[in-house]
Amino acid sequence: MIETPTLWIVMLSIGIGSYLMRFIFIGVIGDRPLPGWILRHLRYTGVAVLPALVAPLVLWPEATGGDPDPARMISAFLTLAVGVLTRNVLLAILAGGGSLYAGLALLG
Amino acid sequence: MPSPTTKSVFWHGVRDGAPFILVLIPFSALFGVVATEAGLSVFEALTFSMMVLAGAAQFAALQLLVEDAPTLIAIVTALAVNLRMAMYSAALTPHLGAAPLWQRAVAAYFVVDQTYACSVAEYEKNRDWDMTRKLAYFFGVAAPVVPFWWGSTVVGAWLGAAIPDSLALDFAVPITFLAIITPMLRTPAHVAAAIVAVVMSLIFAFLPYSMGILVAGFAGMVTGAQVELLLARRQEVSER
Repeated sequence: MIETPTLWIVMLSIGIGSYLMRFIFIGVIGDRPLPGWILRHLRYTGVAVLPALVAPLVLWPEATGGDPDPARMISAFLTLAVGVLTRNVLLAILAGGGSLYAGLALLG
Repeated sequence: MPSPTTKSVFWHGVRDGAPFILVLIPFSALFGVVATEAGLSVFEALTFSMMVLAGAAQFAALQLLVEDAPTLIAIVTALAVNLRMAMYSAALTPHLGAAPLWQRAVAAYFVVDQTYACSVAEYEKNRDWDMTRKLAYFFGVAAPVVPFWWGSTVVGAWLGAAIPDSLALDFAVPITFLAIITPMLRTPAHVAAAIVAVVMSLIFAFLPYSMGILVAGFAGMVTGAQVELLLARRQEVSER
């Protein structure tokens, strides 16, 4: 269970930090152009950090005590496949959720 | 063509922002569900959504808190996920940078995926818009998007309290992340960044305090930037 003070420290820090990141250029730096190398790295933050976060969760799910789980892996694969093919986030989530429940029901 | 009124520009923004509600409602509601499963109250879940206003960062922080990762790691990882907000801010600056400071301070809160994407596209199309119209459009897009984000978290949090544990919600976060990642894989550089991040994350999973995620995320960012440079150079050579 998450401790209440920890939760509030995390929420406040991320809230304030995110606001500052939203404000920094528009509010502080103004019209000055940004060095290309910074923008080039910023472009890839989401596409790098999110997969890094999700990979161990898919391979070693906590719910099974860290043992690889076929139902969860198939579901992850289908989520990715539907997402890549349709470019539709919602469809991908539905495919992932649907296949997870189907997989859990069939594979137990 | 006569310049449109400020009011019509605002509604133009509302129309462009409205379709995103369909995606935001389930996404934000899911955050509410997962948050209550993790032990947050409805009020705490709503506060989270109001303060951070970015689904991926919210899910990331929550996931790490549930895993008992150190506070600092949860904060740094979520902020790393939100670094793209700085990029949006930079992209909007040429358009909104000349507005009064208080307006920029208010607008900054509403810098999210949707306001950024719609605004930058429309500003390029309508170069004759003055500052009033640009801001009207920006807030027009935010008007349907942001309240629905807040509200759906509350609905999800209420529902979450009623959902039994057997629903395997532990996997809701991975599925959601995978689904958000796919539309981001637009170029070979994006794909390379994601692949390197995955591999590095699995290799460095042994590191304590979930630090492997940050190492892998950093490696992915550098990879993306380098591949982009490489491809651009190759393009230059072939055009010569």
